[in-house]
Amino acid sequence: MAYSEKVIDHYSNPKNVGTLDKSKKNVGTGLVGAPECGDVMRLQIEVDDATGVITDAKFKTFGCGSAIASSSLATEWLKGKTVDQAVQIDNMDLVEELNLPPVKIHCSVLAEDAIKSAINDYRKKNGLEELVFEERIH
Amino acid sequence: MLKLPIYLDNNATTPMDPRVLEAMIPYFTEHFGNAASRNHPFGWEAEEAVDYAREQVAKLIGADPKEIIFTSGATEGDNLGIKGVFEMYASKGNHIITCTTEHKAVLDTCKHIERQGGEVTYLEVKADGLIDLKELEAAIRPTTILIAIMYANNEIGVIQPVKEISAIAKKNGILFFSDAVQAVGKIPVDVNKDGIDIMSFTAHKMYGPKGIGALYVRRKNPRVKVTAQMDGGGHERGMRSGTLNVPGIVGFGKACELAHLEMADDAARLSKLRDKLETALLKLEEAYVNGNREHRLPHVANISFKYVEGEGLLMGFNKNIALSSGSACTSASLEPSYVLKALGLGDDLAHSSLRFGLGRFTTEEQIDYTIKAVSDTVLKLRDMSPLWEMFKEGVDMDKIEWAHH
Repeated sequence: MAYSEKVIDHYSNPKNVGTLDKSKKNVGTGLVGAPECGDVMRLQIEVDDATGVITDAKFKTFGCGSAIASSSLATEWLKGKTVDQAVQIDNMDLVEELNLPPVKIHCSVLAEDAIKSAINDYRKKNGLEELVFEERIH
Repeated sequence: MLKLPIYLDNNATTPMDPRVLEAMIPYFTEHFGNAASRNHPFGWEAEEAVDYAREQVAKLIGADPKEIIFTSGATEGDNLGIKGVFEMYASKGNHIITCTTEHKAVLDTCKHIERQGGEVTYLEVKADGLIDLKELEAAIRPTTILIAIMYANNEIGVIQPVKEISAIAKKNGILFFSDAVQAVGKIPVDVNKDGIDIMSFTAHKMYGPKGIGALYVRRKNPRVKVTAQMDGGGHERGMRSGTLNVPGIVGFGKACELAHLEMADDAARLSKLRDKLETALLKLEEAYVNGNREHRLPHVANISFKYVEGEGLLMGFNKNIALSSGSACTSASLEPSYVLKALGLGDDLAHSSLRFGLGRFTTEEQIDYTIKAVSDTVLKLRDMSPLWEMFKEGVDMDKIEWAHH
């Protein structure tokens, strides 16, 4: 199976690989997936408390090229968005942008889950109610 | 100059040796006859070529030419060998013993037999990939008619204790079938010394053409027969009908002759290169060899690089190096390698494995390139692996509640 150029580009030059200080109150961390399934994503956001804007986003991913590309692209999209806007990111937007084939759609779902999980972690730390998302079948 | 891409997937298939192609070419055009045409020179030429090739093939495995049944390949050989015995010896019993790390052509054939009312015992393998001979003996029943254990495994290269297995089979009056696809032409295989009664192998894993293989069927001590799985003209002593693939057979014969002459040198050279590769890659932290390292084909190494995922790893260099991974993402089933899981490896380690299959045309320069490319990619991916970070921080990952999906 050939990868799309965009997947190859994100794989070769991943954006925003790294770790934010998870002890900080304005940092939200999402860890999704499982080693047995062959992919684990950790996505973190740092939020400006005053404006609600995501000022930084980092990821680390164990997985295939499409999983790495999905999380790399997700961090790019997160930066500059408000938390409320970030919740709207849909996995199919990632699929479209990266030209993921059907067998790799689960990578984008995982990235969307990671975003939502990071946002909920941030909300929890800041005394906000966690958002409830529809249960998805992967 | 190093020419890219490098081919290190010789367990999947091998390139054809140019000398094999040369031998085959006249049999496509000039000598195109049907080997079954008994009444004109075109048929005689073809038959003569087939007879000669049959001798070349038989010689490589220490068999008599009459014991070679040409097939389309090892999948057909596995089907014919196992189903053929099951049907032929139905009055003796209906139980077959095999193991969980066999090729799908054997496992799925056994599943088919179970649906036909047969009984199959699937022996587990030990952590090193070898079967336990005591378990084999314990699995034998009065109704056991066949033990089907592969010679060498296609994913991890481990060589089963074939002589010991055949001794157990003989002692109990049971036939012994072996899928020897990965072994024949790579290491010495002798059906008499090894005590094998039925054996499948194929040309394209030993520098011959695709679409041609053979089933060895013993004629003496005991005389074995298999029920044909295709009806037709009664070729190949009635066990495999179908017009013989003469150019393929000629190529297979040539490939066997070359293997007979060059196998020992190839093996010595390749085991040195394999060891160089393995030693260098094991210098990376958390890298493990899968399978028994002593009883192993000389040209195979299967290594897991913990905390990086196999397909992601391949992507780092698969434009330039052709390799296989046990990762689920590289398989059609989206399940990680059942062979590696049978060794007791967790799914995570199975996902993290690469299989290196060296071959006759592998050079030291290619191995040096591969060492660097694989090492660099492992390090790069670990830098972006959350699992590697947790490992380095001493987090117990077994205690994390992962969201399985």
